[in-house]
Amino acid sequence: MDNKLIVSSSPHIRSDETISRIMLDVIIALLPATLASIYYFRFNALKLIVLAVLTAVATEALIQKLLKKPITVNDLSAVVTGLLLAFNIPSSAPWWIPVIGSAFAIAIVKQAFGGLGHNFMNPALAARAMLLASWPVIMTNWVTPGPEAVSTATPLAILKGEAANQVLPSLKDVFFGNVGGCLGETSAILLILGGLYLLYRGVINWRIPFTYIGTVAVMMLIFDGGFNNMVYHIFAGGLMLGAFFMATDYASSPVTPKGQIIFGIGCGVITSVIRLYGGYPEGVSYSILLMNIVAPLLDKYTSPRVFGEVKQNG
Amino acid sequence: MKFIDNLKNGLLKENPTFVQLLGMCPTLAVTTTASDAMAMGLATTTVLISSNFVISLLRKFIPSKIRIPSYIVIVAGFVTLIDIFMHAYAIDLYRSLGLFIPLIVVNCLILGRAESFASKNNPIDSIVDGIGMGLGFTWALTLLGIVRELLGAGSIFGVQIFGEAFKPAIIMILPPGAFLALGILIGLFNWIKSRKTTRV
Repeated sequence: MDNKLIVSSSPHIRSDETISRIMLDVIIALLPATLASIYYFRFNALKLIVLAVLTAVATEALIQKLLKKPITVNDLSAVVTGLLLAFNIPSSAPWWIPVIGSAFAIAIVKQAFGGLGHNFMNPALAARAMLLASWPVIMTNWVTPGPEAVSTATPLAILKGEAANQVLPSLKDVFFGNVGGCLGETSAILLILGGLYLLYRGVINWRIPFTYIGTVAVMMLIFDGGFNNMVYHIFAGGLMLGAFFMATDYASSPVTPKGQIIFGIGCGVITSVIRLYGGYPEGVSYSILLMNIVAPLLDKYTSPRVFGEVKQNG
Repeated sequence: MKFIDNLKNGLLKENPTFVQLLGMCPTLAVTTTASDAMAMGLATTTVLISSNFVISLLRKFIPSKIRIPSYIVIVAGFVTLIDIFMHAYAIDLYRSLGLFIPLIVVNCLILGRAESFASKNNPIDSIVDGIGMGLGFTWALTLLGIVRELLGAGSIFGVQIFGEAFKPAIIMILPPGAFLALGILIGLFNWIKSRKTTRV
């Protein structure tokens, strides 16, 4: 009888949501796109994904052992970081690119700032920015899907007019991922599928992805000449991957609903400005990183007033 | 004994770069190669020793209300000498350091030592302090330059270390690399220091 009466302090409502369960959901959501990237880019994709994930997990365990902290690789967060980093690498990259990227993401961006939940920007994106700044040629060497793997340009680069005498791939190819690009960003429909699964599971909410994609859509419709280009801007490139899986990272995005909406709009505006007027054909990663930095500020200015609190000097 | 203490103070205990974090502008900006970093460190050391000596000589004559402008004028005088000297005898170095030579005037390490040491101590001690602090600054900058040049260009003092297979990480010779390398080196420095104190 004694065991039946549990006396405890609040909170009394418990949920089965754990870090590992949420991370498992993210991995499940990324699975279709992972399989598609292996299908399109063959053995290279598999090799890069495995290396990125293994290095991320090994680095996390090593750093936590060195710092004499409890080793938490079982929470799967390092697996997600490794997977997302691999998604940001072109399939032609050599084996050491995902290794250095994952080690940087975990050791510098995540663990040096205190580990899970303390990273001030998305580790996978920061690592991508580092790799892109370090090895710009390797990181922008796109190849066509399939066994031939001929050098090509991404749809966005063609759209921007950077690749002469290359034809814009059909919308169907862009939608299903049969185009050049990073491993995980090519197939829009499978990423949307994963995003919907996360929405259904309640892992992410609609605010950041929808305001982000919506802002890009509106800006492209107004500033980039009509509906057709807008569709390419939404479904080609890293927008789907960024909006559903990167911008929604818990630790580096705002907590308040209003803050999340401003965050999404900000990401959309910066992405559109980089794509339309900047030097790069793609701006998803930099826009999310820039908004990551202002996330604490957004939280500060949008946090709801505590009930009963009186505005000072009001 | 006091000489050695004064020297060690600048070299290790109160190292300008790793402990006091003074003079961050040249530390981050000109450490893209080991030779640039070392040249910057030595130029700063020369200015620091000379200005410490002169300020210490004049410490009883400078009214305290206008001491900062007076120190700046003295420092600027020595920096101009270094600037002209490097222009005449080390034109390559002069070109690669560029604007950062005149900017030694506003290096807070020099003004900091004038204010906190030379204005309160005799000329001999001030010179020793200048040597210690200056060499502390130099070795820290050189180390940073070696790390960044090695990772960012695959060479040390312009000598290629790795073969063709090594693809240098260009980010290390760009501004973000300076912050990354400095942060990791400060972390290592503190780690070594904390291990020493716990062992004693």
